[in-house]
Amino acid sequence: MKVGLFIPCYIDQFYPDAAIATLQLLQKLGVDVTYPLNQTCCGQPMANSGFEHLTAGCEALFIQNFADFDYIVSPSGSCTLHLKEHLHSDHAPKTALDIRTKLYELTEFLTDVLEVKTLLARFPHRVGMHQACHGQRGLKLSQMSELVAEPFSKPQYLLDMVDGIEMVELTRPDECCGFGGTFCVAEEAVSVKMGKDRIADHVSHGAEFITSTDISCLMHLEGLLKRNGSKVKVKYIAEILNAS
Amino acid sequence: MTNRNLILTAVAKNQPEYQEIPDIPAENNIETETLQSFKQVLSDIGGTALEAKDIAELKVLIQTFFPESSRKVSTMQILSDIVDTDLSSDFPHDFEDVDVAILEGHFGVAENGAVWITEDKMGQRILPFICQHLVLIIHKDEVCATMQQAYAKVGTADYGFGTFIAGPSKTADIEQSLVLGAHGPKSLLVLILS
Amino acid sequence: MEKSKGTHAELAEQFNKDQSRVDWHDETLFWIRNKRDKAAGKIPEWEALREQASAIKNNVLSNLHTYLEDFEKRALKNGIQVHWAVDAAAHNQIVLDILKQHEITEMIKSKSMLTEECQLNEFLAVNGVDVIDTDLGERIVQLAKEPPSHIVLPCIHKKKEEIGELFYKHLGTAKGESDPQVLTAAARVHLRQAFITRRAALTGVNFAVAETGEFVVCTNEGNADMGAHLSEVHIAAMGIEKIIPERKHLGVFLRLLTRSATGQPITTYSSHFKKPRPGQQMHIILVDNGRSTQLGRPDFRNSLKCIRCGACMNTCPVYRRSGGHSYHNAISGPIGAILAPNLNMEKHTDLPFASTLCGSCTYVCPVKIDIHTQLYKWRQVIVKKGFADPAKAAAMKGMEFTLSSPARYRAAGKTGKWILKHVPVMVNNRLNAWYKHREMPAVPITSFRDWYIKNHKHD
Repeated sequence: MKVGLFIPCYIDQFYPDAAIATLQLLQKLGVDVTYPLNQTCCGQPMANSGFEHLTAGCEALFIQNFADFDYIVSPSGSCTLHLKEHLHSDHAPKTALDIRTKLYELTEFLTDVLEVKTLLARFPHRVGMHQACHGQRGLKLSQMSELVAEPFSKPQYLLDMVDGIEMVELTRPDECCGFGGTFCVAEEAVSVKMGKDRIADHVSHGAEFITSTDISCLMHLEGLLKRNGSKVKVKYIAEILNAS
Repeated sequence: MTNRNLILTAVAKNQPEYQEIPDIPAENNIETETLQSFKQVLSDIGGTALEAKDIAELKVLIQTFFPESSRKVSTMQILSDIVDTDLSSDFPHDFEDVDVAILEGHFGVAENGAVWITEDKMGQRILPFICQHLVLIIHKDEVCATMQQAYAKVGTADYGFGTFIAGPSKTADIEQSLVLGAHGPKSLLVLILS
Repeated sequence: MEKSKGTHAELAEQFNKDQSRVDWHDETLFWIRNKRDKAAGKIPEWEALREQASAIKNNVLSNLHTYLEDFEKRALKNGIQVHWAVDAAAHNQIVLDILKQHEITEMIKSKSMLTEECQLNEFLAVNGVDVIDTDLGERIVQLAKEPPSHIVLPCIHKKKEEIGELFYKHLGTAKGESDPQVLTAAARVHLRQAFITRRAALTGVNFAVAETGEFVVCTNEGNADMGAHLSEVHIAAMGIEKIIPERKHLGVFLRLLTRSATGQPITTYSSHFKKPRPGQQMHIILVDNGRSTQLGRPDFRNSLKCIRCGACMNTCPVYRRSGGHSYHNAISGPIGAILAPNLNMEKHTDLPFASTLCGSCTYVCPVKIDIHTQLYKWRQVIVKKGFADPAKAAAMKGMEFTLSSPARYRAAGKTGKWILKHVPVMVNNRLNAWYKHREMPAVPITSFRDWYIKNHKHD
């Protein structure tokens, strides 16, 4: 099983520790994982802004980098979802569609493909889970509150294997944080208010850390936390699952 | 081209390929305690449901609930000794001062506490809406579980006007505070006859 | 009616100046969303019901032409007069003509978002007809000279003290009175007078049944019925998409509608109008106003399945924190944002961007409209039609230039500056929008790629 690691551009640049944790966690679990050096971006920032027609270059590059892998794993539910829904190629349409089926967000890869049952990890802290929308409602990583359906959560299933962790309950377990790609600047006021409200929910329930399957949400929340001098920190889920 | 033809032509041109009407399963969830849940739901939405074993008890209940009401009317001749059953008038406005209207419904629906009533049972269409207090009478055996069952009961009945009434008239438009008696009846009493 | 001026983002920013008010608005609406969850949760077959409702509506859209003709035929047979209006102007004229025929200059109206869309009240006012809205929430915004901010809860943005002030001015309640019980009682007296004296009533339509030629109007207050049954002339206005095939399908929709809207099991009144009352005239106006155009847009046609429950607004984290008026359209919120560009794209280019694409709207929708997917698709259409801000378009091209080449991406990444400005969030030219309330992410010592080369190159 050859696994390609897709590290979205902003994680590469701003959150290398999250990417390193992802890589190390996969290696710890015995996965043959490679990071193709010529990767850049999934194209979502342009597509979500209405410029889908400008993403062909990114998509061609993605196909070039990842076509040969059995699985492609990424520490971002949002980028994974975007590719699963939109990756296409006029030159190699079949390859593009084929790649869509091989793409996994990290936690679903752990639960569904590797079928991980135990993890050697310790994180003795109070943690709030921020349900990233694209992972939850898009990739179905966990059940959403909108549906009348059985609850489940792949990320939580993994976090439950971590020694010492204490999860906090939230008043609104799956409300959007307001990041939303370019929304966070185009609709600055609402975006900030949404982020503040999410943080307040975690803080009022005593969270020391906010974790998520999407680092973009965490980047937004971290920006607000730091500005307000909060002691609460953000931690990408792989950093917890890989903690010792 | 007339507006009608313009619209129909545009619709015909733009509507997608035909898709079948789905089968509506007659019932996927039949409740067994329909009467009990009808009473519970009606109470949850601000109404009251009481059982009466016969007409005599029903009359007692009406008089207990509305001892002093000025104008009580009904379409049910059997109640003519306690209320006014002459509803003949050309003007719906003549019922503006009705205090209590007592009408016979066809059946109740357990899942939402609604009672189905048609024009022929109203005397006047306006009556169940303009009165200050409404009493609906249904038979104990005439309570179905869901709205699908309800429409199965309505079937192809021909009526000029029919309505489901679920509880008293209400509004929560001011800061979501529930207030009973918006424009219509301030209270609804459903009497369930054995 | 004072319409809001500005883009969604600008109006939302204004709304957010008063944070405690935003909290109040957000919490009120989320409370309703929670009530919806509870009500839906009591129906084990809820998801199957949504699927059925969606499939019925898909059938309606695919056979609308026939259903409209069927409905017309049966309604005529039932003694209802049927009118057709291609657009808002035609609709408004039909209403005016009917009123003129009867020499009526005062009308009452129950809730109809269609007449908001057509701006009927404004048109009638110019033509000497006075309209009183009888839904309490609508009457309140009418007195305040504002449009409704929500399709089900028209004055959800107003505090009871503000309503008390309006009633003090217009209905003569005591100064400072703000008890909802007292205010509602005052409105009851005031509006009863209108019901009793006015000869024409206009109502909306929730569903119209092709099989029987009847239409159904749902209210909690009973105002549609009070108006219709006391009037000499009842005019019902409906969009052509309100048709459903058979009476029994009401069983599906009435189970979903109010549970989705407010968490009630059903509205107090679900009234089925099939024939006029003896001596009464009943008219129905079938209005297109862009609907047949939307029907021809494969990506967007299923927005016409909407039954106007408002669940997408109550759940929308953006709507809750920006208020209905920020959408500057008769129908606000997520559904408004996908309906508005159909009628006037240029005026509403901002609305599909007033969303994080979180997807909550799509999954509360009782008829399964893929709202957030359509928001994404409208963005593409708006940009392709050339409505994008030129600065943003230039930035996007720059981004494409950099990200489509690994070498350029690495060069940009090395300086650290380009990426801070462009990836993935700061592409909007208001460069300080992130920083206003948020710290920038710290630039780490090394990128992941550089770390990987150093540590794993020779694995």
